[in-house]
Amino acid sequence: MFSQGFAFSFFSLHLNLSLICDSHQLEIMIQFEKFTLENGLRVVVHEDPATPMAVLNVMYDVGSKDEDPNKTGFAHLFEHLMFGGSVNIKDFETPLQMAGGENNAYTSNDVTNYYIQIPAENIETAFWLESDRMLSLAFSKKALDVQRKVVCEEFKEHYINKPYGDVWFRMREMAYKKHPYQWMTIGKELSHVENAQLEDVKNFFFRHYRPVNAILVVGGNVKTEQVKQLAEKWFGNIAAGEKYIRPDFSEPKQTTPRSMELKAKVPLDALYKCWHMDSRLEHGYYVADLITEVLGGGGSSRLYQSLVKEKQLFSNIECFHFGSVDNGLFTIEGKLVKGVQMDIAEKAVEDEIVRLTLEGINDKELTKIKNKTESAIAFEDMNLMARCNSLAFYELLGDAALFNSDREKYFSVTADDILQYSRTILDVNNSNTLRYYSEN
Amino acid sequence: MQTAEKRSMTERTKVPKIKLPVEFNVQLPPCTRYTLSNGVEVFAIDMGGEDTLMLNWVFYAGNWFEKKKMSASAANYLLKNGTSKLTAFGVNEHFEYYGSYLNRSCYNETAELTLHCLNKHVNELVPVVAEIITDSVFAEEELSIYKQNAQQRLKVSMQKCEFVAGQLIDAYLFGEDHPYGKYSRLEDYEALQRDEIVEFYKTYYQQGRCVIFAAGKLPADLPAQLEQYFGKLPLRPHTSTDLIVKHPVLPATEKKQHVTIDPQGVQSAIRIARPFPNRHHPDFQKAMVLNNVYGGFFGSRLMANIREEKGYTYGIYSYLMNHVDQSGWMISTEAGRDVTEATVNEIYKEMKLIREELIDEDELMVTRNYMIGTILGDLDGPFQVAARWKNLILNDLNESYFYQGIETIKKVTPRELQEIAEKYLNAEEFYELLVV
Repeated sequence: MFSQGFAFSFFSLHLNLSLICDSHQLEIMIQFEKFTLENGLRVVVHEDPATPMAVLNVMYDVGSKDEDPNKTGFAHLFEHLMFGGSVNIKDFETPLQMAGGENNAYTSNDVTNYYIQIPAENIETAFWLESDRMLSLAFSKKALDVQRKVVCEEFKEHYINKPYGDVWFRMREMAYKKHPYQWMTIGKELSHVENAQLEDVKNFFFRHYRPVNAILVVGGNVKTEQVKQLAEKWFGNIAAGEKYIRPDFSEPKQTTPRSMELKAKVPLDALYKCWHMDSRLEHGYYVADLITEVLGGGGSSRLYQSLVKEKQLFSNIECFHFGSVDNGLFTIEGKLVKGVQMDIAEKAVEDEIVRLTLEGINDKELTKIKNKTESAIAFEDMNLMARCNSLAFYELLGDAALFNSDREKYFSVTADDILQYSRTILDVNNSNTLRYYSEN
Repeated sequence: MQTAEKRSMTERTKVPKIKLPVEFNVQLPPCTRYTLSNGVEVFAIDMGGEDTLMLNWVFYAGNWFEKKKMSASAANYLLKNGTSKLTAFGVNEHFEYYGSYLNRSCYNETAELTLHCLNKHVNELVPVVAEIITDSVFAEEELSIYKQNAQQRLKVSMQKCEFVAGQLIDAYLFGEDHPYGKYSRLEDYEALQRDEIVEFYKTYYQQGRCVIFAAGKLPADLPAQLEQYFGKLPLRPHTSTDLIVKHPVLPATEKKQHVTIDPQGVQSAIRIARPFPNRHHPDFQKAMVLNNVYGGFFGSRLMANIREEKGYTYGIYSYLMNHVDQSGWMISTEAGRDVTEATVNEIYKEMKLIREELIDEDELMVTRNYMIGTILGDLDGPFQVAARWKNLILNDLNESYFYQGIETIKKVTPRELQEIAEKYLNAEEFYELLVV
């Protein structure tokens, strides 16, 4: 519950458990059924009789990328307001707690997701609550006033009162010149959140929070017939709304290297490098995902072994990407050992990149990253909430069935794909470098 | 359409019928216990549909037992950094090659190794865990990298007010020399010596008190595997008493403290805490319920008042500390600098209110149901069930404690909770720390 209203990307939490799999190892396929209500609400049912619980997950096809550049942070602020009472239900939390349920939500650059876990007997309570806030919110001035403050405190806690807290604001601005990924989910600046008006809130709601822009996933100890009946009863008569058509904001290809320097009262110098990579369903996405494992996945990864252990230039180094729907950022970040010069550390990172783009990876590394993926999937699949969440996300990408087929795409990745794609993205003209210097 | 809307209006204002969680019959899934030939006990939870498992080796090798500060956590961290047969890279590569995760963690009483893997790989991995427990070499080079990087991490953490607050409040409650109260300083890492770590490893791992937890869809030959690789080692049962030590609690004399690490900081970390007895005390489970009403979850009074009503913070919680020997009752939040004082006042105001006025049965009913719902959700999956069992075993409790806890949640009366509040939630008995 602590992270309620916390602006993070669910998918980015799974970076080092990212998804890949050998198809011959993929024996367990997830079962689900799918139907669409008349108002356009897509419904996915995932039966799992082994658990006494049920999960109801509503994903809206709206994230911070859909914000007005002058009113950023809105999708996330809005997520907070979703807990401030709906048109018929003043208090969202109490009846849910009375039914033994828990809920939370998150906002990313791409999506906004709300989920409830509840004993399966009481699943109708989740339908009642979640459908009423899709019908309409209470739009209370008081809730807006309070949540503006709460979000400002969240902003301070995570980004102002933290060493290196400003890095991703600056990096996104540098890497994206057109695409709205150029701002953080929390917003560009505090004032955007502070100035949010009730009118903005209403417009945002009726533009994005409509059945036609939403996906409902119900999983756990439920039956498809029961979910059909409940979905019809509670969501069926909500006005469809208009499908939100996203403008084309695709990022133009970067053609020259970009870099910037920051200085702040932090104890250690740090280096951040980002390269543009393919979007979520393109082939390169899966390859990039595997490359992050080769370079940064654990104690036997290349960057850790070479730069932390052997050369001792970095005290820690990581390689990851953001799991973005549109073209994302392939990232290497690390903190330098005190006394090491930035140019020497950076050169050593570049040497590792050169090694990868010249030699590719060996068979043992390929087997390792595929084994890691197979087990990451198995562990992730143990969790009902994670399964429901992924089903919603895949349906948003186009089809819940991707849950099963998407994993197979990792299997088709070859060592040569890794070699070729590392050459494509890890090109200096595609790079964004942020050097963060300690003032101390 | 009109009829549909009308129908929806009447239904939507009415709460759907529910089965109250307090009416559920909550069961802790069973645990099998067996003993290896050296007396080490294994607790096994065999459930779950995926071919995954977790093995967890718990040693009484926490900082409770160290002679020199930080040597317990250093020993635990460096376990994975090389044996006489494998380099640190070799160890990591072995576990990662099979897609498994071998994590280590060091607590106060215990320090652990935890393996998550697919069942089909377990026999490749268990022998290497045994190698780590019997044959880690703690190379000087590895120690020196560890010292350097741990100090660098600490330097970054020391700029975070919530980190500093967490360290200091523990020291106020238990004393800086107590395992629960001591915290790391840069010079402690500098002073670490290889021979002290090796000595600690010999006593507390190679020949240490050990207990093993296993959970998941367990392979039939797992007991035989564990016996083969761990049953003949000179380990001792976790219940053996020869290594027990006591540490005196020496709390701070000054109750209120203000610390500034960044004069420009925009938020303060607030920690308000008092000592509290351990789980064996008859007040503990009632206090768990009271804590939930007060500040234990999103629907609690602290959250409702200080976040949802006033917007002073992104989150505020209270909790009973997860210690074996002696607990503490803690309130924790980060609040805007301009509203720090107001936040502290509200925390005490809520204490006063909960002492002076009986909790309304409706409010208590919400808490009861929420707590049971959480336990139900928590018992869904082998690893979570294992965590429950482990908590019981390591606190020297059994499943009857679990069921007592359920009964307490269902039956504790507002008057009993008020007695707990009168006994413990007195502002003057709390330590108060603000870190900017």
